[in-house]
Amino acid sequence: MTKLITRRSVMAAGAAGLAGTVSTLPISMVQLAFAGTREDVRFTYISDSHIQQIKGASFVRNWDMGLKRAVAEANLIQPEVDFVMFGGDLAQLGKREELDHGAEMLSALKGKLHAVMGEHDYYLDLGEYWSKLYGPQWYSFDVKGVHFVVLNSILTTDEWTFHRWPSAEQRMQEMAGLDNPNGSPFMVGEKQRKWLADDLEKVSKDTPVVVFSHSPLQKIYKGWNFWTDDAEQVQALLAPFKSVNVIYGHVHQIQYNQIGNIAFNSVMATAWPWPYPSTYAQAESHLPVLTVPMNRADPFFERDATGWQLVDVNSGRVTARYQLWDNDQRVVGFDPAAGHPVDKSYQDPMRRKATQAHY
Amino acid sequence: MRISMTALALGLGLVAAPALADEFKGTDVQRWQAEYESVAKKGRELWTSGALGTNGVACAQCHPNAANTHPETYPKFQKQFGKVTQLWEMVNWCIKNPLQGQALAADDPKMTAILSYVAYERRGVKLEPGKH
Ligand code: HEC
Ligand SMILES: [Fe+2]
Ligand SMILES: [Fe+2]
Repeated sequence: MTKLITRRSVMAAGAAGLAGTVSTLPISMVQLAFAGTREDVRFTYISDSHIQQIKGASFVRNWDMGLKRAVAEANLIQPEVDFVMFGGDLAQLGKREELDHGAEMLSALKGKLHAVMGEHDYYLDLGEYWSKLYGPQWYSFDVKGVHFVVLNSILTTDEWTFHRWPSAEQRMQEMAGLDNPNGSPFMVGEKQRKWLADDLEKVSKDTPVVVFSHSPLQKIYKGWNFWTDDAEQVQALLAPFKSVNVIYGHVHQIQYNQIGNIAFNSVMATAWPWPYPSTYAQAESHLPVLTVPMNRADPFFERDATGWQLVDVNSGRVTARYQLWDNDQRVVGFDPAAGHPVDKSYQDPMRRKATQAHY
Repeated sequence: MRISMTALALGLGLVAAPALADEFKGTDVQRWQAEYESVAKKGRELWTSGALGTNGVACAQCHPNAANTHPETYPKFQKQFGKVTQLWEMVNWCIKNPLQGQALAADDPKMTAILSYVAYERRGVKLEPGKH
């Protein structure tokens, strides 16, 4: 059963009073324990739905169900969140039908929706239809003293984008295959980095910053594009800020890391989970050592290892509560003493479950 | 091997006809390897094909580079089948469910191609039958 944070559980936590430590508290209390002078900032985060058209009005049922369930559950969150994020890969092959079908499901969400561009949304028409639905591909906004930045991190070279493929359909197909050697490394690109530098110029160095990207703004495994080619340059722009958080989709699995002041959290997909790159015997990956892997997915449970997140930025740092439909919920948040994100239950190897041991 | 076979034949008092059965050359080895690789390549094509099932979903969508298929652990007990299963039975499970397709016969050339590809991506990993 999914454990939602309801008004009732928050009130119960309040009645129990504030506690001094966060590591062993039930999730509903963590929120209160983190609350400082800043007002709570909370948002729901849904990602990687990969709505896939079969033909005409028929779509892959499995992926539809993931997104519908996430939307229904996110709408039950009390008290209401400040906004809703969608982390990219709404469509599977960037088709108008897929984007429309996904957008219709997302339109049931309560509250303001912000969306991030994924490669599956982009490489058919280079983001044209997506932009009609969701507006600019990179921009920033402020909520209760936190500076939020949305980036399009799935761009690549002009040569690959404009000159390599005989048709837009083939370009989309080539980028859609995660393990396809004909793909191309993601990048934010110079134009957007220049924009980011200008945008951050106006922000004081102790304002908490949260950056939303689709690909990790760090290098994990190039073969599956768990990768952003100009990650270091983007990190350099973020480095001067006291408290920076990057939240990314694309990887369909829990990852977290710390590089300097930058804390990284990934989010789950609603469509399907991915194995960790370390399970591919023919390649080396650089999964952050901090990351405690997810349980291995059970293929007999269609929604296993998929889900969505409730995120808060209460201490200026991100805490992500992973709503995992067929697993125990996980909570990954910044531990000020350790100086990096930790899993609130499983960081200690002694407390892990047998199902967390991969092959 | 050839020598001991010959010795055995002699020992039994049979006519010592030259045992040519397992004489092979470098070109044979190359051909056999190429045959295997071409079937594994077909397997890769099926792996990334939306046409294997009925809903356009491909194995590669969930199993990039055939990761998380663990051929080295088969045969093994699968709780949901309630018995020790072979790899091809799990392949069929994924064809029938996420791909909403028709199961393949164990010796269907497509099944052989899929199993060849899966094993290729897992080469070098030690056998651990039964492991979960
Ligand atoms: C919707 C996602 C999805 C798709 C599509 C999919 N699978 Fe799976 N499959 C899984 C998951 C999840 C597992 C469990 C992985 C694990 O054991 O860690 C699995 C397990 C398997 C296993 C057994 C692995 C083991 O360790 O016992 C095999 C073999 C397999 N899949 C083959 C295939 C083939 C062949 C296809 C294409 C016909 C396919 N899968 C398509 C999700 C999928
Ligand atoms: Fe995705
Ligand atoms: Fe993606």
